[in-house]
Amino acid sequence: MAFFMDAEVTLGTKILEIIFMLTGFVTIYTGIKNLLDEKNPSRVGTAVFWVILGSIISFGRWLPTTVTGLLIIIMCIPAVLKKVKMGNVQKITAEETQANFDKIGMKVFLPAFAIGVGALLFALLTDLGALVGVGAGVLAAAILLMILLPSNKPKVILNDAERMISTVGPLSMLSMLLACLGAIFTAAGVGEVIAKIVGGIIPKGNVNVGIIIYAIGMMLFTAIMGNAFAAITVMTVGIGAPFVLAYGTDPVLIGMLALTCGYCGTLITPMAANFNMVPVALLDMKKRFTVIRNQFVIALIMITFQIVYMIIFK
Amino acid sequence: MEYITLIGIVVVILGFALKLDNILTVIAAAIVTALAGGMGVKGLLDTLGSSFVANRNITIFITVLIVTGTLERSGLKEAAAALIGKVKNASAGVIVSAYAIMRAVFAAFNISFGGVAGFVRPLIMPMSTAAVKNKYGEINEEHEEQIKGMASSAENVGNFFFQVLFVGGSGALLVQGTLAGLGYEVELVDLAKAEIPVAIVALVVAIVYYIVRDKRLMKKYYESGNK
Repeated sequence: MAFFMDAEVTLGTKILEIIFMLTGFVTIYTGIKNLLDEKNPSRVGTAVFWVILGSIISFGRWLPTTVTGLLIIIMCIPAVLKKVKMGNVQKITAEETQANFDKIGMKVFLPAFAIGVGALLFALLTDLGALVGVGAGVLAAAILLMILLPSNKPKVILNDAERMISTVGPLSMLSMLLACLGAIFTAAGVGEVIAKIVGGIIPKGNVNVGIIIYAIGMMLFTAIMGNAFAAITVMTVGIGAPFVLAYGTDPVLIGMLALTCGYCGTLITPMAANFNMVPVALLDMKKRFTVIRNQFVIALIMITFQIVYMIIFK
Repeated sequence: MEYITLIGIVVVILGFALKLDNILTVIAAAIVTALAGGMGVKGLLDTLGSSFVANRNITIFITVLIVTGTLERSGLKEAAAALIGKVKNASAGVIVSAYAIMRAVFAAFNISFGGVAGFVRPLIMPMSTAAVKNKYGEINEEHEEQIKGMASSAENVGNFFFQVLFVGGSGALLVQGTLAGLGYEVELVDLAKAEIPVAIVALVVAIVYYIVRDKRLMKKYYESGNK
């Protein structure tokens, strides 16, 4: 409670903490619902994952860090063993969505856009922060959904939330775990070691060369791993920080564009199976590389554009 | 031998490249890096715990999921289908481009409505092949193959380069968290602003590419023989 009374803590931080609590509660609900669900093939594993995750989201600020670290390791065990499963969810039928669309029509876009609009308005017009805006947008969307369609009771929304969380599954936490891995790389001094190796190859102090290596490195590294999120933590700690950011360049521009340079790598690799290989199967294409073939030129133009853009506006 | 700390990077590259379980790969890389770097078990758990809590912003996607399911239930996909259905008398290249624009705008607001499985397959492909058949009476197999490729490409390009405009998206949050760990504090809204020119150029490049490519394919497969 001291945290919420503390005058030193900004209002935005306090509201965000409440949003985390509510989000954590819905996550914990997902775990408990599946624990009690006899149709779930792995009740305990599923519950362990979601209840621990929800508890860290809700109360992470107050848990001792060693305990949180241990909980994260425990939480990942059922995920790695593929013991986090979906239970009995209320599938939506095409008849139901069509009937609902016939009732409310294009007005369904109002709650859909509310979230992004909320984030933007709060980021630009208040000092509460974009994420409080996302939370407000979600609340507005929920209220609009209930007004537009009386059958959207709070219980329906809660169970749809559980269905979505179960659908995205534990792999949705990958970017979070990669962020943690980045922190561990930094703490273990990985950045300095890479900087030393790369420093022997490329001249230190030439920022433009640094930008080119960082950008192309992001693209190739992502192409090898099939995941830009995995590449950016390693590349930023090892190349971006010592060879580009250390020379006073704009961390907003360089750090953010590195990610979309990585996306250029995603566009050209069969390793990004979800984006480039699964559609081949879904649309019955004859050749395995038809999707990549139709993205290759776009990816090359975009990596070039981004390098030039970073060099000019660094 | 300080190079031993790089073993975590080797684990990440091998784990992802060999398609091992992603979560296992990342946790294994974290453990070996911490131990090789002399952080010990307590150092590992402390860093893991504190960075997870510091990066809790990334879990805002779960907050958004709270309403995503009910949006779907309330007919979001049907509304998107009605919207793209307004594109009439267009070539396949134009239909694919229209989809790229729509996907892009919605991605910037963190809205998705089916992807390749849920939208391209049941809607964009039938619209595109119908457009070709209306004009030429038949569709060349190789042309159809490339339209499928372009439609999947439109899904990816629109999604990738515009999801970064959503203030509060996972990508920007990961960048923010990574930079914070290195001592650089940046605002989410500034990260989104930096991507505006990139997003617009990507969309324009993609549209020009699809339309030019489709025109060339039509010339190659239907018109060359008639002259």
